[in-house]
Amino acid sequence: MLDLTQNYFQLFGLPAAFDIDATMLAERYRELQRIVHPDRHASGTDQQRRLSMQGATYLNEALETLRDPLRRARYLLALRGLDPDAGGERPMAPHFLMEQMELRERLAELRGGADPLAEAGAFLADVRRRVAAAVETLSAQFAAGDAASLAAAAEGGRELQFLRKLQHEAEALEAELEDAH
Amino acid sequence: MALLHIAEPGQSTAPHQHRLAAGIDLGTTNSLVATVRSGQAETLPDAEGRHLLPSVVRYAPEGVIVGEAAKAAAADDPLNTVVSVKRFMGRGVADLQLLGTRLPYEFSQGESAVPRICTLRGNVTAVEVSAEILRALAQRAQDTLGGPLAGVVITVPAYFDDAQRQATKDAATLAGLPVLRLLNEPTAAAVAYGLDRGADGVHAIYDLGGGTFDISVLRLNRGVFEVLATGGDSALGGDDFDLAVARWIMGQAGIRDDAGYHQLRRLMRDACAAKEALTTRDAVALHVELEDGRHWEGTLDRATFDGLVDPLIRRTLSACRRTLRDAGIGPEDVREVVMVGGSTRVPRVRALVEEFFGRPPLTDMDPDRVVAIGAAIQADVLAGNRSGDDMLLLDVIPLSLGIETMGGLVDHIIPRNTTIPVARAQEFTTFKDGQTALAVHVVQGERDLVADCRSLARFELRGIPPMVAGAARIRVTFTVDADGLLHVEAEERGSGVRAAVTVKPSYGLTDDEIAGMLQDSIAHASDDMAARRLREEQVEADRVVEALRAALAADGTELLDAAEQQAIEAALVALVQAKGGSDPAAIRRAREGLEKACEAYVERRMNAGIRRAMAGHRLEEFE
Repeated sequence: MLDLTQNYFQLFGLPAAFDIDATMLAERYRELQRIVHPDRHASGTDQQRRLSMQGATYLNEALETLRDPLRRARYLLALRGLDPDAGGERPMAPHFLMEQMELRERLAELRGGADPLAEAGAFLADVRRRVAAAVETLSAQFAAGDAASLAAAAEGGRELQFLRKLQHEAEALEAELEDAH
Repeated sequence: MALLHIAEPGQSTAPHQHRLAAGIDLGTTNSLVATVRSGQAETLPDAEGRHLLPSVVRYAPEGVIVGEAAKAAAADDPLNTVVSVKRFMGRGVADLQLLGTRLPYEFSQGESAVPRICTLRGNVTAVEVSAEILRALAQRAQDTLGGPLAGVVITVPAYFDDAQRQATKDAATLAGLPVLRLLNEPTAAAVAYGLDRGADGVHAIYDLGGGTFDISVLRLNRGVFEVLATGGDSALGGDDFDLAVARWIMGQAGIRDDAGYHQLRRLMRDACAAKEALTTRDAVALHVELEDGRHWEGTLDRATFDGLVDPLIRRTLSACRRTLRDAGIGPEDVREVVMVGGSTRVPRVRALVEEFFGRPPLTDMDPDRVVAIGAAIQADVLAGNRSGDDMLLLDVIPLSLGIETMGGLVDHIIPRNTTIPVARAQEFTTFKDGQTALAVHVVQGERDLVADCRSLARFELRGIPPMVAGAARIRVTFTVDADGLLHVEAEERGSGVRAAVTVKPSYGLTDDEIAGMLQDSIAHASDDMAARRLREEQVEADRVVEALRAALAADGTELLDAAEQQAIEAALVALVQAKGGSDPAAIRRAREGLEKACEAYVERRMNAGIRRAMAGHRLEEFE
């Protein structure tokens, strides 16, 4: 069945880099699912169905990991022998924490604003810009590839995680306001 | 051994025996069965030429009656006639009370939390009632096709939770039908439409049936249907339109809430007829017979009706908005909107959906039949009748799966709209010294509090080696298969001990209960079970032999050495010999022996397929 000793990049026949060709990834995923998916083996032997189920599950996990910049960054760091959670005990940079606190305060106050829906939209756009900038930075750090850059990428990954959580909360608020609208 | 059928697109395979397969749309109001014949998918009519089978089962003194005759008796014999049973699937007694003001049944509760409807032929569960409908449809298919079905695809609302899906599969087991796949209704509709048009792009399927609403957003890319997001309400449909009209009539006619069952059933029937008449007319005259023998007469016009159903339609549009958001797209990105389900005939539904998506929805296929037709096409694919076909459906789970943590909070493990099959592991530990068991509560839903989610199952992990608190590392793996059904496995990582998992479904039947029901139904069945089993084993043996011969001819010498070929050949001969006999168990043993002998071959063929697909992609440099 699928060679589970291959890493996700090898699985899809893509170079192990942070910048990834999303169209190519989706295409390779579909090609492999066409062969592996349980629908292709629905009336097969028990062994065949089990292999197919394992393979399709592995493919889905691989796709989700590589498609998402944060998960991709963590996966790449692990491939390079770095623990993406290393330094988890270390405090984040003070200026980053300060900025996060301000953003969270703004989010908490949105509901009481004059036009909460419009303000939530503007806030979300701001957070998305920050997420995009963090992804850009990660891309540059992985491209440089030296030890110092990769260490910085691990730190950048943690920051991106904060921003993404904030983004999800802002999206949930916008959805709630929109439904009430 | 479908694998043995694998062929590259364009490469022809040896012609093989066509396996009889059917698609079943098990609907709230009506059910259908369809099949592919001579390359054409079509719904099958009964002897009187009727395609729709009313999903109504009557437990009458003379026997169990399914369909039109049962529906006709519903108003006169409400207690013994079960309608809209789909609404009870995978539900507990408390849920049923939320479904409507009053249900015209009497319930009793068995040992499990599954409600039983009291009829004069005994207490029946929703699973048993659904099994009756499935049996009637399967019989129709077998009569038309002239043989036993090798497998069926049964459709379920995309928004069905795990308990509702499991209940549907249990009903098929009880009806003796091999299930090839549970298929989401909107995805089935997309298959029926998509193949006709071959239109790549993002499509939205708006499916409003008798009792359920689904919205699915999917991307079609050269035969691959990839569901991006799905949403809906598994307790919202045309029945609610009827109920709104019935309540309006009650208000107008001064009928009290505590009116008798007969009165309520008749009201629902009149309300449904009025709704249907308003599809083509601007107003409808109402004549309602009251319990005291008097009559009430009135008129319901289109504007009043629209006012009654608007809040319900708005609820469907809220779900559309959420689902588009989950898919990360806006209404303008949707290339086509497909309307499915009988309730999309209501002009107000079409108007509001058009307004929401900013384009007229597609309504050119019969909204009642399109799901069954899609299911039949998929059944044909899964049965292996279409080798070389590129169609593939990639579906998602509709609701997040999580577990209960401290303080009644939910830890979401698999988020909604994750592509299936999927597996996620979570590590648990003990909180007391020497603790050897751990209770896990699995829930489904988006909310943070356990109380706001649906309870799916509770199980206990036992046999954990005694250790100090926090030292055990118990890895629990949650797997959702291609049917959207959950499986749980657990292992203590330090010692490698696999803990026993007994999943007790919160609102489902236990395996023992199903086995008991199955035994009862077999005891009552008149047809000769032994003869049927023999025939089924012979058909299965033929299929395996034929598929294997075709595979060996294609790449046997390439993938197997001489000794392996000999071993497979010997097992093949043994199966052919057993097939000539009359012992179904011997045929099965011989077939299993052959399958065992082919294990390495099966794996090598799969790998060869993957290598071919990736050939040419390997030139890129790896770091």
